[in-house]
Amino acid sequence: MSDLSSNAAIFAPRSGPLARTVDWIIRHPRMFTFLMVLPITLWLGIVYIGALIALLIQSFFSIDEFSGIIVHEVTLKTYGELLRPYNLDIILRTVGMAAAVTVAAAIVAFPIAYFAARYAKGKWKALFYIGVMLPLWSSYLVKVYAWKLVLAKEGILNWVFAKLHLTWLLDGVLSIPVIGGNSLSVSYIGTFLVFLYIWLPYMIIPVQASLERVSKDLTEAAADLGATPKQSFRMVLFPLALPGVVAGSIFTFSLTLGDYIVPQIVGNSRLFIGQAVYTQQGTAGNIPLAAAFTVVPIVIMGIYLWGARKMGAFDAL
Amino acid sequence: MTDAVTFRGVSRHFGIVKAVDEVDLSIRDGEFFAMLGPSGSGKTTCLRLIAGFEQPTAGHIEIFGERAEGVPPYLRNVNTVFQNYALFPHMNVRDNVAFGLRVKGVGRAERHRAAEEALELVELGGYGNRRAGELSGGQRQRVALARALVNKPRVVLLDEPLGALDLKLREQMQEELRKLQRALGLTFVFVTHDQDEALSMADRVAVFAEGKIQQVGTSEDIYRRPNTRFVADFVGSSNVLPADLVGAGASGQWASLRPEDVVLDASGREATVTGRYFHGRVTKLSLDLAGQSLTALIPAREDAPEIGETTKISWDPARVHVMGQGA
Repeated sequence: MSDLSSNAAIFAPRSGPLARTVDWIIRHPRMFTFLMVLPITLWLGIVYIGALIALLIQSFFSIDEFSGIIVHEVTLKTYGELLRPYNLDIILRTVGMAAAVTVAAAIVAFPIAYFAARYAKGKWKALFYIGVMLPLWSSYLVKVYAWKLVLAKEGILNWVFAKLHLTWLLDGVLSIPVIGGNSLSVSYIGTFLVFLYIWLPYMIIPVQASLERVSKDLTEAAADLGATPKQSFRMVLFPLALPGVVAGSIFTFSLTLGDYIVPQIVGNSRLFIGQAVYTQQGTAGNIPLAAAFTVVPIVIMGIYLWGARKMGAFDAL
Repeated sequence: MTDAVTFRGVSRHFGIVKAVDEVDLSIRDGEFFAMLGPSGSGKTTCLRLIAGFEQPTAGHIEIFGERAEGVPPYLRNVNTVFQNYALFPHMNVRDNVAFGLRVKGVGRAERHRAAEEALELVELGGYGNRRAGELSGGQRQRVALARALVNKPRVVLLDEPLGALDLKLREQMQEELRKLQRALGLTFVFVTHDQDEALSMADRVAVFAEGKIQQVGTSEDIYRRPNTRFVADFVGSSNVLPADLVGAGASGQWASLRPEDVVLDASGREATVTGRYFHGRVTKLSLDLAGQSLTALIPAREDAPEIGETTKISWDPARVHVMGQGA
């Protein structure tokens, strides 16, 4: 047994299997890294990406329209179906909504994130995190249904507008073609508002993290060199925060692209990609078309990230 | 001639903390002015007041005779070299240097030419395409300087710009900064906590402590004739002793005696050696003189006594500087 109080320059090896394992790992750091990475690689490789690839393969099959049986022959016929006006409308509607939600989330999140990164200290910072994260702790469905009540014709928002004698304003907004409707809860505006609310934290947190790393010196240096606040924002603050905005937009954009609950509860009855996937693989039993619809967001995100990289969004990383 | 910067009763309080407290100051046009003091003494806040990053809670600031309170940094023809350089990480060296011209609407060709010229001034010609991250500390320092100088500012503010450099590079940059300032004839305001740096570079030095200026004067003034015990101690770690003990002034007054002015002298007064530190060029002796501790720097060529020995010391009475009553 080693005696820690002894005068030895090197102590005897520790005993016990755990202690010996730890000692061995310390002597073999590369092995340690390998062991740490192995489970996550297996998980990502087999369960995650493997499943995704299996799904994608399905999109190259087609369905026999007469019998409803899947034909296991590689074809691009299913992708051709995506281009039918009805399906193309679904895609454009979803992408348009995702883009609008993303841009709005970035605009709303930036000042909040900036304030939190620059001015909030100590308990105010903790309060900020709780305030941003709190909505994420309650059920998504509860929040969406709550919004339905808020936006409904008999809902709180209508009541508030009526009390403020602004019903004409609300009616005016709702009478706008396409995005308007009978009430907010059955219009695209309603869908948009709920998406914006639900995904906002996913934009605020990465933007705040990226702003946190832009030191105050840099904006001071810009002002010192003669940049007005507007120039300083455009040439220094925003470019440096862009990786955070892009990270946030990946969340808001892809989450909106894939969601099928929100447009089902709040909005008119026109389908979004998520709903289309849901119907195709469920009631319609058209797995190939559902899979093809799934590929659309993946391709769009790929193009988006490639474009963002081209435009130098990640240069400041 | 109008002074470059004038402070009249300027205060900057943060809550109950008086970072700068009723400071009066004038910095002359074309001089190399150092603000010296320990951290938290208010020197950096003063610099930030000149730059416009802070606004005074009381008092007036003038830059070349024009009122500067309430004027934002981007409307001041004053440029800062930041302590950590604050180079824009998403731009290359040329765009960093040209930034000030770009925001003022100078055309691309013209500002690139001016940036290259400024880079040549700091001996970094041809470095325009590099990223700030690829440069060494000393090179970043020069880029930060070029970025300030390209705007042809009336006053250049330097916030501990050499603090992060190693000793050799620091000495080289000190010389270059001084040369550059002379050649351009610009007013440089330099903040540092390093007294050697302040004394060797500046035309005049202001010594700060606790938000107030303790003394303003030439390097020699500050060193030979410190006004207060703080200045005597902070600048050159002088011995601050009761005046009557060193044979000058009246009882109750304090006198400053520089450690290098204390010499070993067989006909001098007795003192006991309590510490002995060999520094190469000099040996530092801690001495006990009639109950007062005293430091002496003995040139290495002389044999210094050992700890515990009694030695005899003396000094030229002309070297003793008596400070004001209660200072």
